[in-house]
Amino acid sequence: MSNAFTARSWIPGPRALAIGVPFVFLLLFFMLPFLLVLKISLAQSAMTVPPYLPLWAFENGKPVWLWTLDNYLTIFGDDIYLSAYINSVRVAFFTTLICLLIGYPTAWLIAHAKPLARNLLLMGIVLPFWTSYLVRVYSWIGILKDQGLANSLLLYLGWIDAPLRLMQNTLGLYIGMVYSYLPYMILPLCAFLMKMDPRLPEAARDLGAKPWEVFFTVTLPLSLPGITAGSLLVFIPCVGEYVIPELLGSADDLMIGRVMWSDFFNSIDWPLAAAATGLMVALLLLPMAWFQRLQNRGGIAL
Amino acid sequence: MSFLFKNAGRMFLTLVFLFLYLPMVSVVVFSFNASHLANEWTHFSTAWYAKLLQDDELLDACLTSVQLAFATACCSVVIGAWVGFVLAYYRRFAGSTLISAMVNAPLVLPEVISGISLLLLFVAMEQMFGWPQGRGLATMLIGHTMLCVSYVALTVSARLSSMDASLSEAARDLGATPLRVFFDITLPLILPSLLAGWMLSFTISLDDVIMSAFLSGPETTTLPLVLLSRMRLGMNPEINAMGTLIIGVVSIAVVGNSYYLMKRERAQAQSMRNALRAAPNTTNTGI
Repeated sequence: MSNAFTARSWIPGPRALAIGVPFVFLLLFFMLPFLLVLKISLAQSAMTVPPYLPLWAFENGKPVWLWTLDNYLTIFGDDIYLSAYINSVRVAFFTTLICLLIGYPTAWLIAHAKPLARNLLLMGIVLPFWTSYLVRVYSWIGILKDQGLANSLLLYLGWIDAPLRLMQNTLGLYIGMVYSYLPYMILPLCAFLMKMDPRLPEAARDLGAKPWEVFFTVTLPLSLPGITAGSLLVFIPCVGEYVIPELLGSADDLMIGRVMWSDFFNSIDWPLAAAATGLMVALLLLPMAWFQRLQNRGGIAL
Repeated sequence: MSFLFKNAGRMFLTLVFLFLYLPMVSVVVFSFNASHLANEWTHFSTAWYAKLLQDDELLDACLTSVQLAFATACCSVVIGAWVGFVLAYYRRFAGSTLISAMVNAPLVLPEVISGISLLLLFVAMEQMFGWPQGRGLATMLIGHTMLCVSYVALTVSARLSSMDASLSEAARDLGATPLRVFFDITLPLILPSLLAGWMLSFTISLDDVIMSAFLSGPETTTLPLVLLSRMRLGMNPEINAMGTLIIGVVSIAVVGNSYYLMKRERAQAQSMRNALRAAPNTTNTGI
């Protein structure tokens, strides 16, 4: 009798089951892979399938440790990796800054438009989210290449004599990055600016504040969460961007996503790629924790 | 000068929207260009579309992508809705921080990271359990689902949290079983967010390059992978044609969907008002 009772209490109730199933799913396919990355970053690369050795093996019944810190030492000792990390962070930072400089006025204008116009404009910002990101990045090739639209136009206008190099360099990279990530900046800004009580800046104006004073002392501080949200939404994925540097950037403008990709697919050095991945996660941990805190506080409009 | 100043805002918005849309328009326009050069317009032609129809590699990849996107969307909606329910109904439980972190992180995490880590998982699983054998549709399905689950979960949980709890409570008071409440009250109310989640998952999967690159096998290749390998070689009018088709289908779907949702919302509001008007002794009309 008492046995049956204890057995029963071991069967998960509906609540535990409801939480447990998605929890295990996420743990298995999201958390566990990260631990594996850490594990394989300590392994030695080898010409086997899969291309790495186990961390330990048994030889004559005794365990032999095979793990190594070489992959991390390689990364820290190699200028290519260091400059790729620095360059990725720099590109992500300036992309975020440019997106903010373009996105803030855009969001402000949209938030202050008449309701009908506002909805249409918002839809115009959202639509690119749904459209193929790959095709949108690709579309810039036709515009920026040597015989592309931009050069043809400039030549036709007589502003230049010879085609300018507009892609496969830093300029092309930034154009592609800003273009792809601008909507991620505008949407949360819009959400916060529209949520703002319009009476607050009005009150400041009534009390005699000049327009720029109203902006810097009322509007800007109140939209700060939107700025942070948008900046994180742009910065974090930008650090690991692969497609845009591949299609529009130059080979010299190394970004870490591209280096990892080539370690993985071209030189098939999985442990090295895993170590680079682990370090990238470490680099992004702080901004991601910040993002998580913002999301829990009230959520970012997405 | 004062004209410029007055319309500065409008002009700025115009410039931003030109920046956002001109590249896409150029893809559409040049897909109908007879010449294969991007800088000169010769004459209107649908030759590139005809060529597209004979391109078996592209068509096969397209079919694979659509099947994959369909499966991904269905899986993501089921799992995402489940996660969304957990987030909305059980706010505090052991591990609630972890689960919300696991939902939020994929929204911003660079895909290279999740791609590599999932691949390493599948390789380790194959070594241990013999599944999955190699990579292919199944591994891509799981990878794509992981990309989309968060979006569905967050929209569903937002919808659930903003829902009027008195609606389901009223149904319970009137004697409905929890299952009946779910199918008659909760499900219709969260249907728009499920639909939006399904569509978003479909497009994310259809468009995904990086996850697919890591998780696809030698025999299965998706449309974006074929497109990317050709884009590396530069402009190609056939890609313009394919891009135009994608842009067209997506725009129609998005505009159609938002039109449908708007109509639905209006109809719901109307029936709510009618119900309130018909109800006797209504003191509270503040819905």
